[in-house]
Amino acid sequence: MALRVQRAGILSTLQDLGRYGFQRFGVPVGGVMDEYSHRLANLLVGNSEHEATLEITLAGPRLEFLNDTLIGVCGGDFAPTVDGENLPAARPVLVRRGCVVDFGACRLGCRAYLAAAGGFDVPLVMGSKTTYLRGGFGGFEGRALRRGDVLAIRETGQDSYPSLRQELVSGAKFAYPRWSVNANSAFLAHDHHRIHFVSGRHWELLSEDSRQQFFSAEFRIASDSDRMGYRLEGPTLSLQTRTDILSEAVTFGSVQVPPDGRPIVLMANRQTTGGYPRIGEVATVDLPLLAQLPPGDTVHFEGITLETSQRLYVQRDRDLGIMREALRMRARQ
Amino acid sequence: MSEAKLDTLKVEALGDCALLIQVGADASEQTALRVYAVVQHLLTDPLAGVLDVVGAVCTVALHYDPLRVGLMQDAQTPFDALAQQVAQRLSSFDAAAAAPAVEHKIPVCYGGDFGADLEAVAQAHGLTEAEVIALHTAPLYRVQMLGFAPGFAYLAGLDARIATPRKPTPRTRVPAGSVGIGGELTAVYPLDLPGGWHLIGRSPVRFFDPSSERPSLLVAGDRVRFEAVSAQEYGQLEGDGQWR
Repeated sequence: MALRVQRAGILSTLQDLGRYGFQRFGVPVGGVMDEYSHRLANLLVGNSEHEATLEITLAGPRLEFLNDTLIGVCGGDFAPTVDGENLPAARPVLVRRGCVVDFGACRLGCRAYLAAAGGFDVPLVMGSKTTYLRGGFGGFEGRALRRGDVLAIRETGQDSYPSLRQELVSGAKFAYPRWSVNANSAFLAHDHHRIHFVSGRHWELLSEDSRQQFFSAEFRIASDSDRMGYRLEGPTLSLQTRTDILSEAVTFGSVQVPPDGRPIVLMANRQTTGGYPRIGEVATVDLPLLAQLPPGDTVHFEGITLETSQRLYVQRDRDLGIMREALRMRARQ
Repeated sequence: MSEAKLDTLKVEALGDCALLIQVGADASEQTALRVYAVVQHLLTDPLAGVLDVVGAVCTVALHYDPLRVGLMQDAQTPFDALAQQVAQRLSSFDAAAAAPAVEHKIPVCYGGDFGADLEAVAQAHGLTEAEVIALHTAPLYRVQMLGFAPGFAYLAGLDARIATPRKPTPRTRVPAGSVGIGGELTAVYPLDLPGGWHLIGRSPVRFFDPSSERPSLLVAGDRVRFEAVSAQEYGQLEGDGQWR
């Protein structure tokens, strides 16, 4: 089982839920930017949520499937097609051998996730299939996909969605059910978003004005934002005193304020430690939304307590659990 | 902000999936030893739900999965539950019982093509190149923490006479093995990376190996001494492909 890359797109890399357990060696966690879409895409094809998906960025790839393959696409809207016909998102799609799936430019959001039933067959490096470009390891040969690559897919050993298989036998190029999962992508259709935030360690170092502004002002995602961090343009935040911060661990969603007063939200490819004042963290449940916002979109922050943030986290997992069970039932049809 | 106070250790939230244990307040040797001991303790006997233990200058972070924290009382948040377990665990622990630090001898070929900034560093401090090398090879350095990149170890203990502020414009590519001075610290670049430190030499040792269980040669708390070698010796050592 495999797919061949006919066109690579801007940045198409294999990612999973991240490389944990090695941060003490300075190894970044990395992993998908939009964890929610990644997990959903995997669930659609019956994979473990820890399986790697292909993270597609801004302008997508063109992929030729060398075998009949069950795929799921979630996240940003790249208007993908199968041999020229629209490929519906947020549902399992069985694609016939020889078909070409073509992702266009992103119309909504900025990243899509392609899961293939069985999972992509690449070696685990430090327990993960996450691609770490700077270190040149993990994923597919430690790099982004290129034209001509053949990416192996493992056999699933499951006979899910027998009705879709039947349609292929009857001659269809691709087949999908007449339902989709609620992928929450509708909220991307605006250009201004509310992001929940829990104030943290160095919050009190901000001047009183800056503390107010942080919650009242709009911040625009700067064009030099990437998988490592989102730079925010808006009011310049000022610290009450110039304090030297001793470097310490940071996390996905940490908001740092460097000396220039322009906050940076640390994203999937963040370093393991940082030395700038850290005013707080974005709630983990809101990171998928932030990860889908392209440069130019604006956000505002709304403060919540840690308790609320953890409650939302537990709730989201419960919702995904319900989705997992529902899809397990559907896969028998 | 949520906090759980201990006698001397303070635990606070680092977002909803991590917490930070404040082990000391400064960059002293004593604090470093406590950080080292706390990290060892929490790695040897891990708490349920903890994914990563990250020691830094005076803190230890635990990254955790809120759904997998063990032993939660009713109405307790995952953070409160884990902070309580950390407090219990560390109330009865003996920093002196930690395993002794590992000591590494690292060969370095100083100057020339291997250390493009050696001459400039010497000039900046009114020293000869040989004096800079002598001052750099004298101390027994301590790995303060890892960060910036995989296997990048910040080494404390640099002689103040050769401390040099970082370059205003970083190089876009510093070759793996390069030995640099950045402010009051020194380090070896474990991979080809961008970097703004002054490069004074290069080591043939491999500092990072993604295929290894312990991918970084240096970990926090380790001791390092540099040893000057000739370009010829460098070539031989590189040919050996030696790894620690």
